[in-house]
Amino acid sequence: MTALRSPGGDNAARIRGLRKAFGTHLVFDGLDLDVARGERVAILGASGCGKSTLLRCVAGLERSDAGTIATTGEIGVVFQEPRLFPWLDVERNVAFPARSDAERSRVHNVLALVGLAHAAQRLPKQLSGGMAQRAALARALVRDPALLLLDEPFAALDALRRIELRAAVREILEFTRASAVLVTHDVDDALALADRVLVLAGTPAEIVFHGVVGEDATRAAILDALGVADVRRAPGPRSVRHGASYTT
Amino acid sequence: MGRFVVPLALFAAWWAATASGAVKSYQLASPRDVLREIADLAQSGLLWRDLGASIERVALGFAIALLLALVLGSVVGGSRIAERALDPTLQAIRSVPSLAWVPLILLWLGIGETAKITLVAIGAFFPIYVSLVSGIRGVDRKLVEVGTIFGLSRTALIARVLVPATLPQLLVGARIGLTQAWLFLVAAELLAATNGLGFLLTDGQQTSRTDEILVAILLFALCGKLSESGMRWLEKRLVGWTDTVPV
Repeated sequence: MTALRSPGGDNAARIRGLRKAFGTHLVFDGLDLDVARGERVAILGASGCGKSTLLRCVAGLERSDAGTIATTGEIGVVFQEPRLFPWLDVERNVAFPARSDAERSRVHNVLALVGLAHAAQRLPKQLSGGMAQRAALARALVRDPALLLLDEPFAALDALRRIELRAAVREILEFTRASAVLVTHDVDDALALADRVLVLAGTPAEIVFHGVVGEDATRAAILDALGVADVRRAPGPRSVRHGASYTT
Repeated sequence: MGRFVVPLALFAAWWAATASGAVKSYQLASPRDVLREIADLAQSGLLWRDLGASIERVALGFAIALLLALVLGSVVGGSRIAERALDPTLQAIRSVPSLAWVPLILLWLGIGETAKITLVAIGAFFPIYVSLVSGIRGVDRKLVEVGTIFGLSRTALIARVLVPATLPQLLVGARIGLTQAWLFLVAAELLAATNGLGFLLTDGQQTSRTDEILVAILLFALCGKLSESGMRWLEKRLVGWTDTVPV
């Protein structure tokens, strides 16, 4: 059975009893998660813990095996790579999802919002990594999504671009009031952008940590949860080294 | 300017070899003889008849090949079942040397235009087909996902993502296919023709006219080069967005 899709009510997204397996590998077995309207949730976890799979299930790119995923309104997705169409210039890439004149008229606004108004006529091959990712963000915003899914959107950028784009995304989220689910392995991304932080770990993945930024979701608490999660995943000397990488 | 150095040097060597008498005219005609022969052929209208006949055969054969390759390539590229059913056969046919088809084609289609156009089409078909299939197979799944997320219908996904993503490969295949078309044309016209550049070749050979042979060779070179340049121009115009090293 695939997950039912129905309006999420007061929630931007409501996940109940999500079950997803790849072959014999069970990624989720009964995961529940709510994202309130306007809320920004960061999901952290080690590589391969299932956080991207969760996002792909919500985006409709993966079929879940059981459970319900209910979302309200349009969904916008930004991936780790910009995924721009190389044959379209920035403006046409951003206009790609537009279905109506109203959405088409938003193209210039969202381009200005991400700071790319000056590069509208450029082809993707003429963009830097940071600019390409901004264009991808603009494309995700063109339908005025109620929920923005961000899958490691800064991972391919250098440290400086990362900080710049993070600030830009923060502004945009505040401006658009869209809900957001940010999947990341970077604690700083989570603390900078989210209201709420979850840590996923285990097989099948479960929420092993759950906190509100500014209250109990402190850097130390999140790192601790990630470290514990790693030890749980693979006990032994290797996991200690792996866990230590989060403190750097 | 660098591109003219070698042709000019070759021309100079040709001229020197024939003018000095080191090479006899029945072995290699002089540039002057060749130019006079071009003028004669042009004046008598034979040049345009032969050139026109060859261009027509290449154009028709290439058009048929393009159409067939588009249909079969899309089907095989778009469906694993079709690939399993058709591709091994097509690959086997592809590995047959071009001239091996000639006797069969002559038996089936006689020595008329149909036979020549068919042979040209066989030659042009495979590069286009192979490129198209590999182009479709090579479309970035990540771009297709973007289309899926925005809820594109199957038709819209094909028109807005798959076709533009495949176009660069298709054009490369078409360029190679057109070159192949000229290659197969020579084979077709050498065997049985009463006009065309290949006929000029055989006629020159039978009458020991090296000037006539050279005119045909020069015209072949010119046609091949022009169609290659034309295809490259088309590639630049249509798929200049590709982020690869220009070849």
